[in-house]
Amino acid sequence: MRQYPRFVDLAKCTACGECAKVCPIGLSNEYDAGLSLRRAAYKRYPQAIPGAYAISKLGQSPCKVACPAGISVQGYVNLIAAGRYREALAVIRQENPLPAVCGRVCTHPCEAACARGKLDEPIAIRDLKRFVAEWEIAQGEMDLPETKPPRPEKVAIIGSGPAGLAAAYYLALEGIGVTIFEALPVAGGMLRVGIPDYRLPPRILDYEIDYIKALGVEIRLDAGLGRDFTLASLQEEGYKAVIMALGAHHCLSLGVEGEQTAGVQPGVEFLRRAALGQAQAPGQRVVVVGGGNVALDSARTALRLGSEEVTILYRRTRAEMPAYEEETEEALEEGVKIEYLVAPKRFLSQNGRLLGVEVIRMELGAPDASGRARPQEIPGSEYVIEADGALAAIGQEPDLACLDQTCNLQVGPKHCLQVDPLTLQSSLPHVFAGGDAVLGPATVIQAVAQGKEAARSVVRLLDGADLAQGRQKDWQAVEAPQVKAKPQARRRPPQADPVERARSFGEVVGPLDEEAARAEASRCLACAGCAECMLCMQACLAEAIDHGQRPREQRLQVGSVILASGCRPFQPQFTGLDYRYGLNPNVVTSLEFERLLSPGGPTQGHLVRPSDHQEPKKIAWLQCVGSRDLNQCGNGYCSSVCCMYAIKQALVAKEHAHQDLDCAIFNMDLRTFGKDYERYFLRARDQEGVRFIKSRAHTLWDDPADGGVRIEYASSDGQAQEEAFDLVVLSVGLEVAPEAAELAERLGVELDRYRFAATEPLAPVATSRPGVLVCGSFQGPKDIPSSVTEASAAACAAAGQLAPARWSATRSLEVPPELEVAGQEPRVGVFVCKCGINIAGVVDVPEVTRYAATLPHVVHTDNGLFVCSQDVQEQMKQKIKEHRLNRVVVASCSPKTHEPIFMDTLRACGLNKYLFEMANIRNQDSWVHQGEPAKATDKAKDLVRMAVARAATLKALPEKTVGVNQRALVVGGGVAGLTAALGVAEQGFEVVLVEKEPQLGGFARRLTATIEGADINAHLDRLVERVSGHERIQVLTQTLVVKFSGFRGNFTTEVIVGPGMYERKINHGALILATGAGEYQPSEYLYGQDPRVLTQVELAQRLREKGAGDLRAVVMIQCVGSRNDECPNCSRICCQSAVKNALHLKEADPELQVYVLYRDIRTYGLMEDYYTQARQKGVLFFRFDLEQPPQVEAAPEGLRVSFLDHVLGRPISVRADLLALSAGMRPQDTDELSSIMKLARNQDGYLLEAHVKLRPVDMASEGVYVCGTAHGPKLVGESIAQAQAAAGRAATLLSQTELALSPVTSRVDPERCAACLVCVLSCPYGVPRINQEGVSEIDEALCRGCGICAAECPAKAIQLNWYEDDQILSQVEGLLEGVM
Amino acid sequence: MRLSYPVHVRVIRVPCTGKVDLVHILRAFEKGADGVYLVGCMEGSCHYEQGNFRARKRVEQAQRLLEAVGTGGERVQMYNLTSGEAPKFAQYAREMSERILALGPNPAKLAAAAGQGQAAQGSGKKGVA
Repeated sequence: MRQYPRFVDLAKCTACGECAKVCPIGLSNEYDAGLSLRRAAYKRYPQAIPGAYAISKLGQSPCKVACPAGISVQGYVNLIAAGRYREALAVIRQENPLPAVCGRVCTHPCEAACARGKLDEPIAIRDLKRFVAEWEIAQGEMDLPETKPPRPEKVAIIGSGPAGLAAAYYLALEGIGVTIFEALPVAGGMLRVGIPDYRLPPRILDYEIDYIKALGVEIRLDAGLGRDFTLASLQEEGYKAVIMALGAHHCLSLGVEGEQTAGVQPGVEFLRRAALGQAQAPGQRVVVVGGGNVALDSARTALRLGSEEVTILYRRTRAEMPAYEEETEEALEEGVKIEYLVAPKRFLSQNGRLLGVEVIRMELGAPDASGRARPQEIPGSEYVIEADGALAAIGQEPDLACLDQTCNLQVGPKHCLQVDPLTLQSSLPHVFAGGDAVLGPATVIQAVAQGKEAARSVVRLLDGADLAQGRQKDWQAVEAPQVKAKPQARRRPPQADPVERARSFGEVVGPLDEEAARAEASRCLACAGCAECMLCMQACLAEAIDHGQRPREQRLQVGSVILASGCRPFQPQFTGLDYRYGLNPNVVTSLEFERLLSPGGPTQGHLVRPSDHQEPKKIAWLQCVGSRDLNQCGNGYCSSVCCMYAIKQALVAKEHAHQDLDCAIFNMDLRTFGKDYERYFLRARDQEGVRFIKSRAHTLWDDPADGGVRIEYASSDGQAQEEAFDLVVLSVGLEVAPEAAELAERLGVELDRYRFAATEPLAPVATSRPGVLVCGSFQGPKDIPSSVTEASAAACAAAGQLAPARWSATRSLEVPPELEVAGQEPRVGVFVCKCGINIAGVVDVPEVTRYAATLPHVVHTDNGLFVCSQDVQEQMKQKIKEHRLNRVVVASCSPKTHEPIFMDTLRACGLNKYLFEMANIRNQDSWVHQGEPAKATDKAKDLVRMAVARAATLKALPEKTVGVNQRALVVGGGVAGLTAALGVAEQGFEVVLVEKEPQLGGFARRLTATIEGADINAHLDRLVERVSGHERIQVLTQTLVVKFSGFRGNFTTEVIVGPGMYERKINHGALILATGAGEYQPSEYLYGQDPRVLTQVELAQRLREKGAGDLRAVVMIQCVGSRNDECPNCSRICCQSAVKNALHLKEADPELQVYVLYRDIRTYGLMEDYYTQARQKGVLFFRFDLEQPPQVEAAPEGLRVSFLDHVLGRPISVRADLLALSAGMRPQDTDELSSIMKLARNQDGYLLEAHVKLRPVDMASEGVYVCGTAHGPKLVGESIAQAQAAAGRAATLLSQTELALSPVTSRVDPERCAACLVCVLSCPYGVPRINQEGVSEIDEALCRGCGICAAECPAKAIQLNWYEDDQILSQVEGLLEGVM
Repeated sequence: MRLSYPVHVRVIRVPCTGKVDLVHILRAFEKGADGVYLVGCMEGSCHYEQGNFRARKRVEQAQRLLEAVGTGGERVQMYNLTSGEAPKFAQYAREMSERILALGPNPAKLAAAAGQGQAAQGSGKKGVA
């Protein structure tokens, strides 16, 4: 397994959210389906488990990777967008102390790499850096970083250019004394004397040098190496290390005749003199030789000093020029001429005065070592350019003349110092080097980067640490994201007029103004997610953030794997049909709409449409988007869930609307096939007025008038219709995400044609690979109840295989015996938590702590940064023992999340865990009253006073345990009961299976095959054989349940076992109900009167026995005994029965006519394929309405069936040899059983589960489980899954030898009880009973602890432990103390 | 969600609103509370099936009694929400707060203050979740 990092330590994170507050990166919020933004440091939703935050980091942003200094560009750009300039600047300075300089002269490799550049234009990163640097200068106050305490060591830096300055800055931050030695009379190196003022104004450089000096860095001017000091003398002066940042100031000579003539000078020297104010115009007509920045700078400086004509000679073309494009552009604007493909041959002079230069034309030849085309002379093309001044600027190298014998440094090619590329250490261990002295003439940002790295090496040297360890960068630039951002032009800074500016040294390029800067910064795509700006690390007081985390590979030894990788919603933008999705904002997916309805969603549940935030008056749902659609998206299956969720959304939308809301659901078939779903649909249609339109919309238009959508569709009679809606919801289906399919393939699991995990129909959670199980929608599209059921089924299947290993890897916690505190004076300890700044930032924690000490019974108070942290918990244990505390109050956060932690701490000290109370001064105080700190502090005191008052009244509540009878009783011996019995037995527990019939098998005995073709009878035979032969299963046939008592873990069921009718008592810990259902016996359509009228089950049996050779036409009628007034629900299985039998008929004889008269075809999930097949094979489907059912007449030649065809709009009559009625299901035997066992049932008589969605196989009574058709109509495969689920749930109970009972239960004071029966009647669970003494008694094993009886009891004879009246009133009185 | 709500609400935790006794509510007024409200599950979705119905009845009973003694029945209210509805919780707190501010302090508190010749201390109402 590879685990991707969270970048947050789960053990330390307190979920305070400070990281998210400071995080500058906004990302699309997946939880709100992209309708809102979240931070890169985030918690997906408030109730997320685990509650800790996480950081989304896809890798490193290309800008950061491209930057030699590794600045978190994305970080500061986004901070600028948010107007957080001070923090933006601090982020830059983490890696580069020269933001104002680099904001002007940086070569910005970041911009070339910028992902936005692939969309339109890169972000103007350099301009943004300049903007924010100047913002600080304009503020007039340097925001100096904190430096570490001073250290005794001092370090010498030689050279005050960008490398030297950067090195000095980062050493100073470490508290190290730094002296910079500068040979020139001014500081700044090439920044000062190489870059002309019009590009880098001296005041800017001065500011940044002053900034560094403000940290204590000393700069000694006019101090040249080899001239005024040596490396040896530095060592003698006590410098522990030296950083050589000499730069490259030596100009290369042209090697051309006449170069020594007066008037010909090196460009670098010319620029230096100009910067020092010592230069004059080099001539009236000046030629500059070279194509680099020095050439351009020399040319433009010459212009500014008064030269009239300046011509640059470059031997290649403009494409090869190393100078920055923008500088070339600016130079040309100012009037500099550039001659390409020419080289000087010799300088011409007379009397020592320069007259001109003879040049020769060049042409480009084969590429040279640098990859650029090598220029070659064109013989005979010489000509002369007149000039009285010439500047040679063809390159520089470090000037190493200063190195004497004492500086025994290795020198590499091009006169550069040779150093280790990672640590920058030279051949002398204490000497490091960086910048141009190492790189040759390079960029400012490279020099800064090396200066910084050299400084970091020096720190390691001084610390005695390894210089190299962990410094290799493993950065990975993320790919440019596939985003559909609107193209937006880059903001450009103003430029001075070319004519004006060419005459002065004033700055050429101006700054972006604030508005432009923020707009420009907002263009950032935040392509890497987390920008690694590290603000979260500074904000996290719990020190939980760890950006160093890397993916972790793990090897787990397991006996079973369960695949629950789920589905993703269909993505309508990729369909061929134009739903206007992504084009019209008022077309949303159902998931987006779900978020719009959610109280926790982007609109806090206010129903508004995205385009104008107005409440819609008409909403349409389009069903089957991405489902039942082989043409457009290839998803031929039905997604099973969309019809129900669309109805739900329509109902919820109507609730949220402030005015009449029209809801229309466009559907082909309405598939409300689940338990009680049909009733829900009827309520929506008949009571709430939701419209259901039987049609698939074919065209959607934007309505330009109001931004809505017009839908064109054909009504059921084929008429063209058009209707306008304010909002359209696409009911998107489910599909397997590619990564889920890939995972399954890696695990060697077979997939079906739609990439769901392939399973056998009668083994629904087993994949093709033994030991690998599957559950949920990755097995096939399904709803929550079915998914939860399958989850338990998979757990059962896995546990069956792993039964011998149960408890083998469990560890238990040893706790000391509990101390007796009854009768002792309360000694309360109060611990107040600061929760970093979550509480302490609003509430005055020391004040609350002081106040707590004044309260009665309080003998100890303390506060802590995070009271829940491991170390504070240890301290708390000591304090509890030291002060002999017998009650503990923690004033911090919510007991929902933290009570168990503190209770464990009490328990570890021998205190009963109920001697604990929390005051929630965070969630209920500091978080919600941030603007009122004084009042919040008062409230915190109130809450602490209430908690202390209650704590003093608390009593120890010992937890009792009861033994568990590790045997299950299964009622019902059909497929479900048999499967459940086997599931429990294979996990190692005994089972008693009771069946009222003489044989096992139930209704499934009458079934032939599943729609997929699996033989049900063969499966049943195997099942019966395995159950009958199982050593842990006892089967009792002809057995009836007559009496039932007890509670989970300890039930007693009395049965009568026939034919002898003897009574027997069975003790068991769990109960599984699998009493099944039967087929409805129709009274309609001549059933029972004419032998040619059969049910579908009978038809299947007939086909198996007699075949279809004698048949020419068969009619089927759906929904017989279902979906009518008598039985409103859908029987779920009948549509597939009809399709299955129709296919069998067509297989037997393709000429045979099959007519299916239906209301909605409900072949949900993957069964839709069979419906498609049936139509392809010529089965005819006709829809009818409940109000106009088909008519059947018997005649000797056959049955005559008449019905109305909707499309043709006229009656049709067909002759049939057989009429098959799709008779619904009816529950069996739940009447009597439910009264004996006190079981809840729904209106149809099916057993009612504890929670429809989340506890689909649990009954409300604990320890009782339900499965199979006793729960509701379902297919055999679904019954098997539910039976396995019930067995799995039962085993979670049976696997425990004893159960801990919660002591928070009600108890009766018999002295006060008047046996009035109020408690007996008011208990929702029927627990209290009047005992033999004639008073009420409450079984603590059954009591759920709601306290309703205690509140109802007129004699106040009942108290609920931990919530006794005194304990509640102590809080009331504590709160209101002194008010009256 | 950290939605702010009026600062004078104090929450007392009970397992179910069905546990709240008339005595608890009345004691609060006797001791000077200006208002009490109960916040329970949505009707029909009580975690303990019917506790919130009983709570509503008890609130109605308290309203009648407080009305009769002149304290004012409106000072007690019952609210319902689901655990995911933080905005509603804040909204109820605001509603209740506005209601109580409009009603003014608990008359019993004023009477006591007048009797003792002291100014009534400002105090909060309390909610029960």
